[in-house]
This record gives sequence, C-alpha cells and structure tokens, in this order.
Amino acid sequence: MENKNEIDAIITKYKGKKGATIPLLQDLQSIEGFLSREIMQYASDQTGIKIADMYGVATFYSMFRLKPQGRHIIKVCKGTACHVSGAETIFHAIQSHLGLTDLEDTTDDGKYTVMEVACLGCCSLAPVMMIDEETHGKLTPDSVGKILDRYE
Amino acid sequence: MEIKVGLASCGLAAGAGAIYDGIKDYISSKGLDIELKKTACIGMCFAEPIIEITTDDGKNITYGRLTDADIAPIIDSCLQNNPLLEKAILSPDYDCPENDNKASQTRIVLRNAGRIDPESIDEYLENDGYKSLEKVLKEMTPEEVIKEIKDSGLRGRGGAGFSTGLKWQFAWQNESDKKYVICNADEGDPGAFMDKGILEGDPHSVIEGMLICAYTIGADEGYVYCRAEYPLAVRHLKKAIADATERGYIGDNIFGSDFCFDLHIKEGAGAFVCGEETALIGSIEGKRGMPNLRPPFPAKSGLWGKPTNNNNVETYGNIPWIILHGASEYRKYGTETCAGTKAFALAGKIRNSGLIEVPMGTPLRKVIYGVGGGMKFDKPFKAVQLGGPSGGCIPEHLLDTPVEYETILKTGAIMGSGGMVVMDSDTCMIDIARFFLNFTQNESCGKCTFCRIGTKRMLEILNRITRGEGVLEDIDTLDKLAHQIIDTSLCGLGKSAPNPVLTTIKYFREEYIAHIVDKKCPAGVCTALLKYTIDAGKCVGCTACARKCPADAITGKVKQVHVIDQDKCIKCGACYEACRFDAVVKV
Repeated sequence: MENKNEIDAIITKYKGKKGATIPLLQDLQSIEGFLSREIMQYASDQTGIKIADMYGVATFYSMFRLKPQGRHIIKVCKGTACHVSGAETIFHAIQSHLGLTDLEDTTDDGKYTVMEVACLGCCSLAPVMMIDEETHGKLTPDSVGKILDRYE
Repeated sequence: MEIKVGLASCGLAAGAGAIYDGIKDYISSKGLDIELKKTACIGMCFAEPIIEITTDDGKNITYGRLTDADIAPIIDSCLQNNPLLEKAILSPDYDCPENDNKASQTRIVLRNAGRIDPESIDEYLENDGYKSLEKVLKEMTPEEVIKEIKDSGLRGRGGAGFSTGLKWQFAWQNESDKKYVICNADEGDPGAFMDKGILEGDPHSVIEGMLICAYTIGADEGYVYCRAEYPLAVRHLKKAIADATERGYIGDNIFGSDFCFDLHIKEGAGAFVCGEETALIGSIEGKRGMPNLRPPFPAKSGLWGKPTNNNNVETYGNIPWIILHGASEYRKYGTETCAGTKAFALAGKIRNSGLIEVPMGTPLRKVIYGVGGGMKFDKPFKAVQLGGPSGGCIPEHLLDTPVEYETILKTGAIMGSGGMVVMDSDTCMIDIARFFLNFTQNESCGKCTFCRIGTKRMLEILNRITRGEGVLEDIDTLDKLAHQIIDTSLCGLGKSAPNPVLTTIKYFREEYIAHIVDKKCPAGVCTALLKYTIDAGKCVGCTACARKCPADAITGKVKQVHVIDQDKCIKCGACYEACRFDAVVKV
C-alpha cells in the first residue's frame, strides 16, 4: 500500500478514541483526495471500527468521496441567492468549458472535479464558486472560463 | 493614520487581499507613517472590497468598491486631512450615502465584527473581552447567571426561539459527573451567513459565551461543530482557541477559580440535518447524523449520554454583552416577548446585501427598504424568503410584519436563523418552492418515511408543474402531502420542509394556476414554458447575441434582423443578457 507510513500515523492518532470515525476518515481522505476501499478496509482492521460503519458514515456526508477526484475542486454554490442570480447557467457554463456531461464530475485529465454545494455564505457576490479554498464571486458565463484557465 | 481592511471571506472573494497588499506596498514604498490593520466582515458586503480610514485629525471614513487605482489618491488625500469622498460610503464626519444604513442598526452580537482584528486576542481584550467571564467566575453563582440570562429574555437564535436561560437551567439541574457544551456552527441554510460573519469577525465572543455557559451548567468540555464550507471561520476559531488557551482563559483553574474547561473544534462533513441538535450530537460521536426522538432532551442525555447544552453561534455571542451590561440593558432593545437584537443575512435582489443587526420587532419593510436600501435596479418587490428551506415566502402585503418569532410564524414562514433573501418580479415562486424542496429532499436523512418519500413525490409534482405538465389537482395533492410530512416527521427538517411550498401556494396561488392552466411562467424562469424571440423592430443587427449563443441557434447578417431557431435554442438566456437594445424578448 502506498503512503503506508502516513496512513499508520493517522490511525495511531485516532485509534481507541471515541467519536473518531469522522475525523479519521477526513484525515485519511486528505492523503489521496478520496477513500479507497483498500484504505477503509485497512483502517477498519487496524482500529476495530466496522467497515460497514465507516462506509455508512462515508456515504452519509457529502464531503466524503469514494472515487478519485481532480487536483482542483470546484464548488459551485447553489444557495438561494445564487439560485435566483443564475447559478444554474454558471454550472452549465463550467460544464461546457470543461467538456463534462451531466453524468461526469471529473475531467479526463484529472485536473478538475466539479460539485454543487448548498451555500458558501458569500451571498452578496452571487453567483459564487469556490476553487479549492479560493472564492470567486459575481460570476458570468464568460468569466468562469477565464477564471478556470488561471489554474495550473 | 490608521487603515483597516475588511478581509472576511466575501471581502477576499471581491479582491480585498489585493487591496491589502497594494496598500502595504504603497506605505512601504513611500515610507508612510500609517498603521495597517486587518478586520473581518464590516457587514456591507455589497460594497466590497472595503477599507476604513481614521485620519490623524480623528475623522473616520469607510470606503467601498475599491480598485487598485483608488489606493494612492485616497491615502494621499486622507494624509492631508482632506479626504476624497467619491468612494466614501460611510462616515460619522462627512455626508455619505450609507450613513442612514448604519444608524438604523443596533449592533450587539456584531459589536466587534468588522471593527477589531479577529486574529488578535489583544484587540478583543481591549474591547471588554473576557471581562464577563471574569465577572461570572469571581462574582456570580450559576443560579445568578441563569437568572440574568432568563431575565434578559434571550431566546435561541438558531431559529427555534427557546429561552436560553431556561435551557441552561435544565442542563444545570441534571446532576452528572460530566457535562458538555456544544456550539452549533453548522450554518446550513442556503442564503444565511450570520454565524460565518460572527465566527470570522469575532470568534472570542463565541468562546467567551461558551465558557460562561460551561461554568453555569457545570461542564468542563465543549465542542464547536463548524461547517467545513467555512475554512476561514475554522482558521480564526482555531487561532482564537489557541490564543485563549495560552492566556489561560481556556484550561485549568481559569481566573484562579476551580473552573476548568477544554474546547475542541469538530469540522462538519457536509450534512444539513446535522443542524438538528440530536443529529449534531450523533455526528460528534462519529456516527451518521440522524436525529433521535426527544425526550430525553440533550439537557438530560446528550453527548455520550451526558447532560449537554447546545446553543447556536449567535446565542453564545450575545452572552458576554448581556453579562457585562445587564439583563435590563438588553431588554431595552426588542419587544416584550422577543428581547434584544437579531442578525440577518440580507441577500438576493436587494441593493445593500450584507450582514446586518436590528432590534427585534423591526418591521420587514424597514429592514428591506431602510437598512437594505430597497430593491436592486428598482424592480418590483415580490417576496422575501425567511428561514431558508424550513421557512417561507412572505408577500408584499405582509411587509409590515415585525420581525419576532411569533409574528413571523403566523405568516407561515419562520424566523429561522436569519437568512433573508429578497425576490423580485424575475423570480418564479414555483421554481423557488422547487429549489427548497429539492434541497430538503436531498438532505433528508431518510429515517422517517414521509420525509424521505413524501418530499420526493412533492418534488416530482413541482417538477411537472414547472414543465407545464401539471394538473389542478396537483395543488391539493401537494397540500395533503405537505401536512402528512409535517405530522409524521421526527425532526425539524421534515416538519418544516413543506413550508416553502405551503407559503407559495397560500400567497402565490395564481402563479401555480398560470403554470398549470395557461402553461405560462409569469416570471420567465421555467425554461420549458419559455421562448426567446427577437423583436424585429428593435434589432439593429449588431451580432452580439449570435456571438454569445452557445448553441449556434441565432442567424443573421451584420445590420440585419437576427432570428432564433427554436429547435436549436437551449433557452440559456445568453442572448437576452447580451442584447443592449432590448430586442431579445422572453415570451
């Protein structure tokens, strides 16, 4: 298994602690950007947390991802203010710029993953998206392409 | 001279980081004697990026909508005590456009937000920080604190409006070897950012509120459950906890007393239902966040089965002020049943969107047309949405409703945590109902059948109506299903999920009928009921629309009337936005 030392360090940090499942999975996910079956099985064997419980948690919360994701995560805000300001059009503009269909969320080159989020809390700048930890506001279908092209 | 730059997340998104760097460079390149400071959300998000300047002769001016080019002239003019006022938005010393905006607000929970550097514990301490904690630990018994909070009339700001003092009393009365305090910072309502503003702008006030609560109920450990979508709030909170621990406000024997307290942050993993307190507790315990039947209430059996007090960010943020100034002072604001003030996140089609705080009992009209500056582009007001997915849409004729828990409830909406989204004639109310229901349907944890399946069926009906395939009986079916979901759901999510549908049926029934009978969307939003055409009388043949069309559906030569091919048109509206001659029309 790759990154075994890193994984073991995380497991040691949480092993035997109560309520550790979510932070354990959050930290494990930060290694590869997603939770593979292999990593969850290994963590389950090491900590004694049942894999069914882990899987239950991982599928309940929207932050956990079970397949590889892009280097940059684009979170398109679908909050109320963004919705009434045309978030849907922005989402389609991003999809068409990246050449994604409705059934895909990650570009073939593994550069971007696009997801919808409930609200980023920057309602005054609607419509808004967040790329990694950077927020971009007052988007137009034209501006999103220019913003995306700035990322390496 | 002093310059403060608003560096909260929306300021940063609007380019405040570059403004800060620009000012820093200008100061060092010219060797100027200026103190450059950081602060968080000033509240006037509509004018970001914002800076506040205090000149050497004591004048105070807030500037908004800044660009790099503004930095040098503004700084130079202020250094000469002759400030440029073109971009000034607020000032106690000069006539500025937003002076009334500030005057009609009362800032208690937002007292420090946008004024102090949230990353500096010293600035918090200079503004009466941790004095209330000291007062409580040195001079007050838990009973006295409970009485003070009860007397203040403070009610839970998360939306339910339960008496905070009474809640603390229950947790205090339940004896146990271990108790917990939790701060609910899982602000999940789309369109709400009050808690974000408080945590980013004044994290110590929330920590101090939690400490006072912990001392009162007899807890020695606490958790802040914060949304993962708020990375800056988490960062400020972490720094605040580390600084407070270093200075001895968190830890053992605080202020030399027996009181010890340990505080952790739990980052949420993305589930709206975790705003419900029993689901939130489940989530801290590492489980799927699914609500449990109450009673037992958390005050008796909460986190790990121990008595637990859970309040929202804004509730805790009020506590230090109340302790320091007294319950009777707090009571001076608000109404008989709803004391104090309430923070609101104003957003949508309103001119001055941002974070505001007004006394309870302020009429909605005053909030929207006074503090909010009225409608954006002067379009007609249609509705204001309060309480997010659990709330409802309030129409024009009820705009004189005062903001109080009970009066808002009577309209069919709820006060909620403070999201206030204003809608104009371009907003389709069926689309809004569908939007919220889609949200709650996605976020239903699935435990209760009606919430899980009933919301799905309601959503299908609404989708049908927006496609022009509805029948009149659908309105009755929606109403019936809505009441069944309300009656049979365990938690607030299900009990309130139908509210947006019920209020839109109640106040905007004619729009439902227009969609169902006339197959028209009066607001021009529902694409299936919509057609874009070009008015031959207005089209000048500038080709702007054809160049913007992503579907190549528009044909026409330069200086000739253009035509939209309806078979190719995907109804994205790009041509409508692009036309400068109002020649593209929605029918």
